[in-house]
Amino acid sequence: MSSVDFLFEGIIKAFDLIIGLDPYVLSITGVSIRVSGTATILAALTAIPLAFALSFLDFRGRQVLITLVNTGMGLPPVFVGLFIFVMLVPAGPLGFLRMIFTPEAMIIAQYILVTPIITGISLAAIKAVPGSIIETVYTLGGREMDAIIVTLREAKSGIITAILAGLGRALAEVGAILIVGGNIAYTGSIGGIGEGLSYTRTLTTAITSETSKGDISTSIALGIILISLNLSVNLLANLIQRRD
Amino acid sequence: MSIGKKDILKNIGLTIYRGELFALMGPSGAGKTTLLRILNLFDDPASGDLMFGGMLLNNSTFGEKNNIRRRMSMLFQTPAVFNTSVFDNVAYGLKIRKADKDTIEKKVGNALSIVGLAGKEKQKALTLSGGEAQRMAFARAIVYDPDVLLLDEPTANLDPANVAKIEEIIKRIRSEHGTTIVIATHNIYQVKRIADRVGILLNGELIEVNSKEGIFSSPLDARSSAFINGEMIY
Repeated sequence: MSSVDFLFEGIIKAFDLIIGLDPYVLSITGVSIRVSGTATILAALTAIPLAFALSFLDFRGRQVLITLVNTGMGLPPVFVGLFIFVMLVPAGPLGFLRMIFTPEAMIIAQYILVTPIITGISLAAIKAVPGSIIETVYTLGGREMDAIIVTLREAKSGIITAILAGLGRALAEVGAILIVGGNIAYTGSIGGIGEGLSYTRTLTTAITSETSKGDISTSIALGIILISLNLSVNLLANLIQRRD
Repeated sequence: MSIGKKDILKNIGLTIYRGELFALMGPSGAGKTTLLRILNLFDDPASGDLMFGGMLLNNSTFGEKNNIRRRMSMLFQTPAVFNTSVFDNVAYGLKIRKADKDTIEKKVGNALSIVGLAGKEKQKALTLSGGEAQRMAFARAIVYDPDVLLLDEPTANLDPANVAKIEEIIKRIRSEHGTTIVIATHNIYQVKRIADRVGILLNGELIEVNSKEGIFSSPLDARSSAFINGEMIY
């Protein structure tokens, strides 16, 4: 079987799995969306105020924090995964939380990876707002909070891009969640949970396991679903921005 | 308002009277914008006293200065346009003052009518021409009836038709609302057309403050005369 055959078979299989609402694929996709979506929302809630603080406040350690954010944008996922793993294993300092190999551990790992990305890109978007806009707010009698609100509105497109970049990174990430999540899917009915459903298996970690099993067409099918998911999110954001 | 000294401004002793139209004249780089920024409480003078309505502002907090600034408005040479509609741009000063919807609609309509932009409420502000954007910024600056209007070379980038419109608006605001206006300009003819009193700023020094008639007919300082006659003094 040639590579092109694998590709065609993968595309056909992807349609079969999507149209047939395959429970295994649905549960994997569900875990991907839940984990990456939650991590991105939490990261955005931290990163956007942080970006504004770094833009508007002059405090000690600000430059150090900016350097850390910039460095964090290129954090190696496997290192983050390893770090969280060491912290959360039963013998680790946070082992009592019993979070290793859970979706929560995956969320923490992706939160750490995504926060600097959203912060860094938001910071650039905020800095791109002309100083004259902020000065105008003050000349019209605005206070600091008014300046922040106007800046948020002016930098909105850049901030949406930052969140999308973060979500894209989270959805495509595999190294960290593989280590802390364990790529777990139930092979039988356990405790009332249906057979063949994902617990910590995501689209990306499933692709690695299917590929290692030699099931290339399923891997390609999952890859197509992953790309379609990213595309849908971007199209939606594009629509929102165009409407505005 | 009284100004003491600032590093790039020297020997500034100036009082602006309520309701007058004071022109701050001088070549580019003379310090006109810096002086306007001090008057708008953006920058602090390094020494000396700064007063507004008899109130000494030297040690005022940001909040206190902001309360004073709310009674003023400043217009820049190049207007900063918010990425919203013309209406929302003009309404901004009223919205942050928590004006009610009816007041906002009425005052924005009136301000846009004064600047000749009635009917453009829904247009995206970023699609306005340069002259229209400056007039919209003017409407935004006057919509909440400020006591003091600070104009930093508001017509420097405009064509003659728009210059005439802006000057007409300045005169109208002053006569109808009694607004105190300080305009920084290097346009001698503009000063002749609209000002009551004139201050000439050269190299950060206020070399003369005089009535318009006095400045143009019998200036007290030889450098004023040289500037008015078009000699380059920097």
